[in-house]
Amino acid sequence: MRRHPIIQMVAIGAIASAIGIALALWINWFPADAAKQDHPIDTLYDVLLIVSIPIFVLVLTVILYSVWTFRMRPGQENEDGPPIHGNTRLEVFWTAIPAILLVSLCSYAYAVLNDIEKKHDHELVVKVHAIQFAWTFEYPQAGGRSVVSPQLYLPKDKPVRFDIDSADVIHDFWVPAFRVKIDAVPGITTRLRVTPTKLGAFPVVCAELCGLGHAVMRSTAHVMTPAAFGRWLAQKQAPAAGGGGAGGGARQLTQQQLVALGRATFTGDGGCGACHTLAEAGTTGTTGPDLGRVLRGQSENAIRTDIVDPNARITPGYSANIMPPTFGQTLSAQQLDGLVAYLATVSK
Amino acid sequence: MLAKLRAPGWYRAGLFTLAAIAFAYVLVGIVRSAMHFPNAWDDGDAITIVSLIAVPLFVLVGIGCFDYWFYWVSGRPTRPEDHSAHGAQSWKDYFRVNTDHKVIGIQYVCTSFFFLFVGGLLAMLMRAELAQPGMQFVSSEQFNGLFSVHAALLIFLFVIPVFAGLANFVIPLMIGAPDMAFPRLNALSFWMLPLAGLLMVGSFLAPGGSFATGWTAYAPLSTTMPLGQLFFTIGVQFAGASSIATALNFLVTIITMRAPGMSFFRMPLLVWANFSTSLLVVIATPFIAASQFFVLLDRALGFQFFNAFVGAGKDGSVLMYQHVFWFYSHPAVYIMMLPGFGIISEIISVKSRKPIFGYRMMAFSLIAIVILGFTVWAHHMFVSGMQSWIRIPMMITTAIIAVPTGIKIFSWLATLWRGVLHLDTPMLFALGFLTTFTCGGISGVMLAMIPFDIHVSDTYFIVAHIHYVLFGGSLFTIFAGVYYWFPKMTGRMYDERLGKLHFWATFVFFNLTFAPMHVIGVQGMPRRVADYAQQFAGMNLAISIASFLLGLSMLVFLYNMVVSWRLGPRAAANPWRALTLEWQVSSPPPIFNFDAVPTVVGGPYEYGIPGAVHGIFQSPAEAKPMPAGSVATSPTTE
Repeated sequence: MRRHPIIQMVAIGAIASAIGIALALWINWFPADAAKQDHPIDTLYDVLLIVSIPIFVLVLTVILYSVWTFRMRPGQENEDGPPIHGNTRLEVFWTAIPAILLVSLCSYAYAVLNDIEKKHDHELVVKVHAIQFAWTFEYPQAGGRSVVSPQLYLPKDKPVRFDIDSADVIHDFWVPAFRVKIDAVPGITTRLRVTPTKLGAFPVVCAELCGLGHAVMRSTAHVMTPAAFGRWLAQKQAPAAGGGGAGGGARQLTQQQLVALGRATFTGDGGCGACHTLAEAGTTGTTGPDLGRVLRGQSENAIRTDIVDPNARITPGYSANIMPPTFGQTLSAQQLDGLVAYLATVSK
Repeated sequence: MLAKLRAPGWYRAGLFTLAAIAFAYVLVGIVRSAMHFPNAWDDGDAITIVSLIAVPLFVLVGIGCFDYWFYWVSGRPTRPEDHSAHGAQSWKDYFRVNTDHKVIGIQYVCTSFFFLFVGGLLAMLMRAELAQPGMQFVSSEQFNGLFSVHAALLIFLFVIPVFAGLANFVIPLMIGAPDMAFPRLNALSFWMLPLAGLLMVGSFLAPGGSFATGWTAYAPLSTTMPLGQLFFTIGVQFAGASSIATALNFLVTIITMRAPGMSFFRMPLLVWANFSTSLLVVIATPFIAASQFFVLLDRALGFQFFNAFVGAGKDGSVLMYQHVFWFYSHPAVYIMMLPGFGIISEIISVKSRKPIFGYRMMAFSLIAIVILGFTVWAHHMFVSGMQSWIRIPMMITTAIIAVPTGIKIFSWLATLWRGVLHLDTPMLFALGFLTTFTCGGISGVMLAMIPFDIHVSDTYFIVAHIHYVLFGGSLFTIFAGVYYWFPKMTGRMYDERLGKLHFWATFVFFNLTFAPMHVIGVQGMPRRVADYAQQFAGMNLAISIASFLLGLSMLVFLYNMVVSWRLGPRAAANPWRALTLEWQVSSPPPIFNFDAVPTVVGGPYEYGIPGAVHGIFQSPAEAKPMPAGSVATSPTTE
């Protein structure tokens, strides 16, 4: 008779584990799968789920079975259970088995870690600069010049090495679709390796609390074909190479087009609207002042200064060093003109 | 009036508060004048910082925590046998400096539950903001303050001290001692606590808002924040000092004041658990004190410990803060869990009517956790940019620490097996704890695996994990313990129906609140953000609704406790038929606990053995066996 309940429990436990594992694997856990690093990590997680669920089910089954079978019935108020003090074999068993299991999992995780952090020859180096509350991506070019962009552009299937630093506090560079992240630490350069494998646009997130604008410190990673990436890099280099001349080689825009470009920049990903409220643009950020209020009647020149040198004057009630002073470098001349034109129009 | 101002108490404390502010004003003025600083006499920041340190110290003197020692130091007559500050006759005695461990225990528990409700309300505000993407109710500055104060209060003013409070009440009774080893130190430890809590809550009034760098206060963000940050930095010092003093008190009490016959391996597991916890506190807590002193010196006096951009060699080390901080804050996780393990051992054994399974392994696994607990801290730093090899040993130790924890879980399960389970409120919380804590433990092992941790660190997966171990773990054991010892502490019975309602509501809404956070975390939602991507909107709304219902379930608990304390039926001395010593005296216990010193003659959990007892109230020579669970004779003063 003593065997029966155990066999019953094993059967119930096995079925419940199977259902649990099926359910856990059915849940769509991860974001888009966009880098070579993703698959090993996702598989590791699946293995962890498959190992964990039977353990949880074991605990749950024993509790529920005990509650059902051994609960106090009327008339048992003064009864006690049998005085079982322990069982050495059982205790050795449940010390040794988990230990072996955990060490095996660690070995597997170590193998995965080596896999995802593998170095490659001919890596594309991208410098990532973090500042409260913006990302800047720098692509060093031959001849000591470099291309700078507020959004991340990467060629597909090319191993990339990010060299990450910070100008103020700790940030954390994370592209959920690539699965990997690392802190941007003031004073040291941290490294991260990724090989993008999927075309598309993926969010870049700051994962370490960095102050007021932490939630809006986002950007976008664009994974493009190597040819498109080459064109983008060449185009970014062109205006600098052109040397002088407002707008460089780009075509002249009408005032209307400028305003439209400015509005797009304002409301775009990682744009001004993330931190600033502006009724006309429909943005509701509260990190910085409401621009509909503070820009009223300002000249174009004053607005331009406010963008490129935000600490020059601070709205009462707000602190200096909150808005990144990098927009003069990360925005193109045209985008800056557009923003100024747009803001001057809406604040009249 | 003058007499009132001179006698220890709240009037004198008020006077001393003014004196402390005056002291801060004059000190800052003189030092700044001597240094030829501008605005020597009206630097509000500096005066506030010095006041933050001076006011709590002066208040402690004012209410009388130091009177006895000052008398002794100055050579004035002290009265060592004076028990006027011992025991409570009316509710007013709970608002005075009292040296009775039972009064202090209740003071601790009530104070920490007050901060639980404050911290919980802050969480509700956060969930209101997070119910929809975009910003609705609070600014990002206020939101950062909400989660920071929420975490700081619940860690430093709730979980850690409420365990100290329960242990304060129960441990001396359990080991057969008349009080703690150092009753006056005990009182001082308690009174530092509400002051620390007031500092943290008071930070909302500071210009620039409350501290907003999380409870982790990572430098250099914390060293560049407005004044509110220092309310945390200094508040933690008082909470930490309180913690250390109490832990020393427990260690000395447990080592030196056990009743005759109470060998280490006859101690109830709660005593073992608090012994282990106190070891952790004494060794680890000075590290968080250090980390916050570094921040204080950096922020207030420009020491540049953590500034990597200035100084002779630009040699400020940002990572150093995290190493020192986590060297405390990982063991702190066990400080917040081991006493709960002790509570669960007591309850599961008594309510299953069986001896605890594998008593010695249960005790040894606590010690194993204490030792291993000091070897895992850098698993909080897998993505911090530290030397990458450190991650590997930390992964292995982190996984291995699950082994002693597993031993405990399996031993509890084996204790249930073939018992006679009394499924009342404390037992329900104990069983609920076993399930939720197993979940938290499993996600903990997942987080030990570096590649997975790299993806989910700083996401809602972490938020889910810590709430499964601190809410589903610690808080469930706290509820179990409060219900279990409520009759002993108050002399009244709680309402069993409301207790069960509280358990089921808490259990269901807890899981509905925190389980979905695992999913949004892995999907890529970072933690500590007031605004999030549209894709997480549905889940967050569901979480917010569940969290409000979870909040409501706490009101059932509050109502039950308040009404039962005043109007509940009188409790018997030993309503649970338990063997441990605290149940062998009246409820509530007599003023010096035991009218006759008990003698311990057997193990604490000998259920099922006819006639077994743990302690008797005669000298060992005249000891007679008694039936299990019967109330030992203890003439009380009532």
